[in-house]
Amino acid sequence: MADKRERDEISGTETTGHEWDGLRELDTPLPRWWLYVFYATILASVVYWVLMPAWPLANGYTTGILNWSDRDNVRAEVQQLEASRLPMFERLGQASVTDIAADPDLQEFARAAGASVFGDYCRTCHGAGGAGAPGFPVLADDVWTWGGTLADIERTLRVGIRSDHPETRMSQMPAYGRDNLLSAAQIGDVTEYVISVSAARERLSPDPAAAARGAIVYQEQCSLCHGPSGAGDRTQGAPSLLDDVWVYGGSREEIRRQVELGRGGVMPAWEARFDAGTIRALAYYVHEMGGGEPDAPPPPLPEATPAAATAPAQ
Amino acid sequence: MNKVTLIDRRDDDHAIDAHAVNSREFRALYKKREQIYPKLAHGVFRNLKWAAMAVLLAIYYLTPWIRWDRGVGRPDQAVLIDFEGRRFYFFFIELWPQEVYYITGLLILASLGIFLSSALFGRVWCGYACPQTVWTDLYIYVERAIEGDRNERMRLDKAPWSFGKAAKKASKHAIWLLIAAVTGGAWVFYFGDAPTLFREIFAGEASVPVYLFIGVLTFTTYALAGTMREQVCTYMCPWPRIQAAMIDKDALSVTYRVDRGEPRGAHKKGESWDGRGDCIDCRQCVAVCPQGIDIRDGDQLECINCALCIDACDDIMRRVGRPTGLIAYDSYANLERREAGKAMRYRLIRPRTILYGALMAVVGVAMIYGLATRQTLDLNVIRDRSPPFVRLADGSIRNDYDVKVINMSPAPRQIRIELSGLDGARLQAPRLSSDGAIAAVAQADGVTNVRVHVVARNDVGEGSHDLVFTVRDTQSGASAESASAFLAGERR
Repeated sequence: MADKRERDEISGTETTGHEWDGLRELDTPLPRWWLYVFYATILASVVYWVLMPAWPLANGYTTGILNWSDRDNVRAEVQQLEASRLPMFERLGQASVTDIAADPDLQEFARAAGASVFGDYCRTCHGAGGAGAPGFPVLADDVWTWGGTLADIERTLRVGIRSDHPETRMSQMPAYGRDNLLSAAQIGDVTEYVISVSAARERLSPDPAAAARGAIVYQEQCSLCHGPSGAGDRTQGAPSLLDDVWVYGGSREEIRRQVELGRGGVMPAWEARFDAGTIRALAYYVHEMGGGEPDAPPPPLPEATPAAATAPAQ
Repeated sequence: MNKVTLIDRRDDDHAIDAHAVNSREFRALYKKREQIYPKLAHGVFRNLKWAAMAVLLAIYYLTPWIRWDRGVGRPDQAVLIDFEGRRFYFFFIELWPQEVYYITGLLILASLGIFLSSALFGRVWCGYACPQTVWTDLYIYVERAIEGDRNERMRLDKAPWSFGKAAKKASKHAIWLLIAAVTGGAWVFYFGDAPTLFREIFAGEASVPVYLFIGVLTFTTYALAGTMREQVCTYMCPWPRIQAAMIDKDALSVTYRVDRGEPRGAHKKGESWDGRGDCIDCRQCVAVCPQGIDIRDGDQLECINCALCIDACDDIMRRVGRPTGLIAYDSYANLERREAGKAMRYRLIRPRTILYGALMAVVGVAMIYGLATRQTLDLNVIRDRSPPFVRLADGSIRNDYDVKVINMSPAPRQIRIELSGLDGARLQAPRLSSDGAIAAVAQADGVTNVRVHVVARNDVGEGSHDLVFTVRDTQSGASAESASAFLAGERR
């Protein structure tokens, strides 16, 4: 009640009128500046409702007179970004291998664009940095089924492998076990033979007798694609059997299983989805992972000893 | 006529009706702030303060405009904090973000400097050099120029609103705001090319943060120097509390020599000075005080040691024919010595000041040494984590690295990257020189990324192996090293 209100002598402020064990509490008013800022925020919110999208409606929302839309803004920004990158992509799409080799700006762009697109579309199967996964080849190594030059990689990207593209890279290893083309013993023998010619022979120590029997089966069934020595044939997409790199696993059981099933994965053709510049950027990025093969002799060294400019020592 | 009477009255009787609004007797917890009307002082210390103000303001406002040629394509501003380019330029010094420890050195020097100045002359920083003091002084100068000195200002504030009063107040605040805006404007010039920014600001082309910072600093300058003034020192600044710990018995500070002044009292011309102190209680020291205190109450937290009361008191002492220095830079030790009947002694050189000076010298020399022998070539090695290692067709194992070659010199450098520390490992890159090193060009004043592959033999063994990358300038021979690891694991 108003008449119960008392004023504190020292501060001149009203008290709340209560008393607790002799303690009374000041009823200090809000600081003026605080109060005015508070009123200003209320006012600002009303202004905001008028200008900006604010209230949900049954089938939409109040758009506000500024017609602000984050969605449209982002869309416009993305378009702007794409437009600003377009000239670089076009330049890249028309550049030759020597053009790229001579242009650090183009390399930088290809590297960055390639890494970005690779992360979105390729990494799922081939792994970050081209680390590979069982059934999906390692891209960072120097083993290539269809060729490792920039042009080879670009073609693989364009047409895919066993894809629906009319010019797709196509190879099909027969499923010798599943289709009963060879007996289980023959498959065992040819497995031992493949191990005996590959770099895996040291760790897997093949049975010499079985390998000798397998050699005959190999020459009849496998040499047409994988070559008489097992060196493979890139024109047919037949991998080399001489190294110790295996797409479907390098244990004895896994090598045998591949002879039985003749597995071959599918890589989509990217030609329809990407422009030439993007595909070239991707090819450049993959080529640079470490195992890319030279399309042409490398350019001379920047220093005064061009004789030393020999390329990847493998 | 009116003016003459005023002067006559002052000559007659030096007393002024001033009370120290912030002294203990007038202080109260719930009291509202009382406006202080500092009177203009004349004398040595006032002149010193004008000079300090002119020099410090000139440094602040003009430094961004000093040009310094660093060659084509590089900023020609002598002092520039370039956030976008991640550089700090200070005349011939150019620092990179990772060298921010030089700033630490500067901060240590600054702290030691303020310790030393406190040990020598008390709160000399507060009184002469603190931005709060300098800008407040400037604002009071403007206020005085428009509204007049203490008495006129007090009269104006008490007078009812009139056109003249409104005009004076409006022009004062307008000039204050102008100074505040120029202060905020000068601040942003330290972070960008001053002439360019200057044009952009007026053309409306500068970025939003530029206007934002000018706005914020305009507001703070106006508020701190115009309206808050002594409250900043008394309530906001931690330094008065810390500084008390830096002052000892021998430190000089603005002191009322109580032994000479007391007992105080009014003095008529011709009266004897026997049996009384020199203080005639004229309160001129209170009238000139921008902090609203009475120096005769002794050392106080509010006192910024601006020494204006010394000027005011010396002026009076000369008029009444007593020696000056009733208020003076003095120490506790001297007070005790006078009481003991000994001669005064000023001990500026004592263990404490020697120690501060020596520490400053050590830090200064260390910084100069660091800057003089600064390495301009460095490298960071970032190992690829996916894949952790790659098995090649011939069974050997490859690890991949990004070698970031840092070249802090203004010219491009021909460099070599070498590898050591792991038997049988070799570098592999498109461009190898005959001895197995990688040759590259490190771009001027920047970081050059060199992609490096390291191939080790099949039998390197599982696990992590240490190796060392060395980057070497082929011309000067300068080099830097960075350790990294080589990983090999079981085959899949």
